[in-house]
Amino acid sequence: MAVNKWTAAEVAQKVIDNEKLFILDVRNKDAFEDWKIEGKQFDYLNIPYFELLDGVEEILPQIPTDRELLVVCAKEGSSIMVAQMLDEVGRKAAYLEGGMKSWSTYLEPIKIGDLTGGGELYQFVRLGKGCLSYMIIADGEAVVIDAVRFADIFVDFAKAKNAKITHVFDTHLHADHISGGRQIAEATGAVYYLPAKDAEEVVFDFENLTDGLKVQIGAADIAVEALYSPGHTIGSTSFVIDNRYLLTGDILFIDSIGRPDLAGLAEDWVGDLRSTLYERYRELIDDLIVLPAHFMIVEELNADGSVAKRLGDLFAENHGLNINDEEEFRTTVTDNLPPQPNAYKQIRQVNMGKLKPSYDEQIEMEIGPNRCAVR
Amino acid sequence: MENTKILDAKGLACPMPIVRTKKAMDALQSGEILEVHVTDQGSLADIPAWANAGGHEIIEQSEVAGVLVFRIKKA
Repeated sequence: MAVNKWTAAEVAQKVIDNEKLFILDVRNKDAFEDWKIEGKQFDYLNIPYFELLDGVEEILPQIPTDRELLVVCAKEGSSIMVAQMLDEVGRKAAYLEGGMKSWSTYLEPIKIGDLTGGGELYQFVRLGKGCLSYMIIADGEAVVIDAVRFADIFVDFAKAKNAKITHVFDTHLHADHISGGRQIAEATGAVYYLPAKDAEEVVFDFENLTDGLKVQIGAADIAVEALYSPGHTIGSTSFVIDNRYLLTGDILFIDSIGRPDLAGLAEDWVGDLRSTLYERYRELIDDLIVLPAHFMIVEELNADGSVAKRLGDLFAENHGLNINDEEEFRTTVTDNLPPQPNAYKQIRQVNMGKLKPSYDEQIEMEIGPNRCAVR
Repeated sequence: MENTKILDAKGLACPMPIVRTKKAMDALQSGEILEVHVTDQGSLADIPAWANAGGHEIIEQSEVAGVLVFRIKKA
């Protein structure tokens, strides 16, 4: 009985290449409706594995035969069982190694572009969670921004590029995922920066990320400049990289804008969000390429899998940047907000250093989509 | 306590707790009770969902020191 095993990396490649795929997701209906593997050309059937214990014959007519079939479950056990059952009745099927647990943690590094004097900018796309992290490399030095919790991946990536990580930034105190920033700084001797306004309850040492802070990387003269841009949180800070890229954190996304309520103060921060998006960002040049800290839907991915778009285009196309009436803007971003991310209060505590969950507990906390935006 | 059968599925990973539970349930008569002991946290959502799909009733559910105990009445 040979059922194929696919890794999360192989599935990620199919998402990026826009391949066709049929996914039989054998998790609970609730789990499937909440969160699944998204692909532009993926089709789905959700039947919990425990409804298939007597056999899979009944569902065969619902599975198309003209494309590959992947069985997915939470960890992998049930998907192996179901893939084998399918194999026994003559339907070739693969299963996802490590299940959704592994999908949630997979990171795909994508080069965004070259910088002045031979520098490089990379985006790390966490497809299963919609998180985006960044690394700027030049002349043997590296800066990391909004790193997710897999510190080793960033440390090893810099090592492979013969670069020493000197600065680690978080644009704000994250509520949807656990930051790897502090661990990276500890492992490499880099300095870890957080906006102090978000960090009143933080229990470890950090440097204050302030408006106008400027860091030069390497001898190449690449500037990383901080721009205070509150609204998602009171401390939220953006970065302009090499006068070409704008890292917006959770303030501005490709097809949506940041939500102001995850630290509990939607009403207070909606005004900040408005002035960041409608005043501060408008003073910047339109040709900056926006690089957000999240994407919400696969339609936001470019052909190479990256998530990036010209600021001027977003001013024209992003609905959240085109609500002229202030009152309507206030209502849009404070009423009818989507559900909050899974365990967001606990995740904030972890990022403050107050909670120290085990590896498995961290996985549990981060299950599900990020939900940092409002459309 | 009326006829209660106990199934020890501790230490088993998904899908085995449900596979064993189903097998044990198949051997019972309608109205009899199966008490399942599991440590796989995935069972927390899966056993009630499975029972619900089959019309079985969870009459008691508890957790002691990481062990989940379900008392399920056969439909």
